[in-house]
Amino acid sequence: MIDLLLRDLKLSVRAGGGALIGVLFFMTVVAVIPFGVGPDLNLLSRIGPAIIWIGALLAALLGLDRLFQTDRDDGSLDLMLMQEQPLVLTVLIKCLSHWLANILPLVIASPLLGLFMNMNEVAIGAVMITLLVGSPALAFIGAVGAAVAVTLPRGGLLVSILVLPLTIPVLIFGVSASYAAVEDPAPFLPPFLILVAITMFFSVIGPLGAALALRNAGD
Amino acid sequence: MTESLAITKFSDLANPTRFLALAARLLPWMAGLCCLLFAIGLYLAFTTEGDYQQGDTVRIMYIHVPAAWLSMMCYSVMALSAIGTLVWRHPLADVSHKAAAPLGAAFTLIALITGSLWGKPMWGTWWVWDARLTSVFILFLMYLGIIALNRAMDDPSKAARVSAVLILIGFVNIPIIKFSVDWWNTLHQPASVIRMDGPTIDGEFLRPLLIMAIAYTLLFFTLHMMAMRNEIWRRRIATQRRMAARTASREV
Repeated sequence: MIDLLLRDLKLSVRAGGGALIGVLFFMTVVAVIPFGVGPDLNLLSRIGPAIIWIGALLAALLGLDRLFQTDRDDGSLDLMLMQEQPLVLTVLIKCLSHWLANILPLVIASPLLGLFMNMNEVAIGAVMITLLVGSPALAFIGAVGAAVAVTLPRGGLLVSILVLPLTIPVLIFGVSASYAAVEDPAPFLPPFLILVAITMFFSVIGPLGAALALRNAGD
Repeated sequence: MTESLAITKFSDLANPTRFLALAARLLPWMAGLCCLLFAIGLYLAFTTEGDYQQGDTVRIMYIHVPAAWLSMMCYSVMALSAIGTLVWRHPLADVSHKAAAPLGAAFTLIALITGSLWGKPMWGTWWVWDARLTSVFILFLMYLGIIALNRAMDDPSKAARVSAVLILIGFVNIPIIKFSVDWWNTLHQPASVIRMDGPTIDGEFLRPLLIMAIAYTLLFFTLHMMAMRNEIWRRRIATQRRMAARTASREV
């Protein structure tokens, strides 16, 4: 299992800087926003947490279609299907390595973008913590989409369409927790704990569903 | 051969020929009953008194509320069929959830459009990002995503199994829609017909609403059965075309 984690990490780091492209996309999306809404710093600081969350969500979708597709192309997916370890565990490890390689850099890059958005320290910290807690759910939900579309020749766009509606609860509670940290009357803990609950919930359902889909999508 | 076509168990439906025979016998009755109920329901809907506050716009309710119920029921039917596909490998379950997806999308669209038309005079806006409206809109997007996934795959049985997984994962959304109005205090009113302490809606409105709801349900099952029948025929034609092409290529 550790070997699989390391292998996937190495592959994603060495194969054309996949993680860097994700971060670059994230920064570009966030940088485009001020051109659209105008350089009003007050407005930017108000919508900043939401923009960063949406940017991270979109960037997390980027590498998803490659999650199982490359393994299917070189045949290692068949080995994973046939090995004795439960497929659910394998999928879980693959999700974790995808999260470490592609989504964790986004979380690390988010404070910098928070500065661009003229957010104060509390808001930056809140966005970073909520992203850290909520983004694994994106990887787990995305795994289902990636597994469902694994046999399609050009499944990338379809994966995004299928996955985005399911990620909306994560977005809602992530953003509301970030805002709750900034605005005084709203308590921070309830939405944050719901976000944790969503992540744990999908960490069970996501790999289960993805494993089921992979078994059924095999030829 | 005629005796063996009798349906005694649910699993007997797995034979498409038996299902087609049953559908041919049931469909005229269901369609007729559906039309009758729609006639009664629509007549009642237009002749009962208007609300003292909302006036005649309350009549939109008779179209809007049953469509919204059906949009959720259709997804539940699809989820049940998806379980049938994955657990029992029931071949008709594949056909069932494939046929139900466009119907569900249509009912959801009706609910969204009539809700929007009702919202303009009542709330003063076509659309608000309120919890229930948003979650129903997401339901609509999910229906379209499932249809797109079904279209994207060539092999029907594989498409059915894979979309069954997606349907079951998406089923998480149904309780969110149902209870969204109770969890978040928003503009959309909470449930007033199906609740523990009896309906809070007046009998004057309740009667046409219930008749319309039954009519809508019958309409769904009639259309669903027709769509399943068409899907079975479509698959048979595809198989026969493939066989014809194979024999033709052999002759050349």
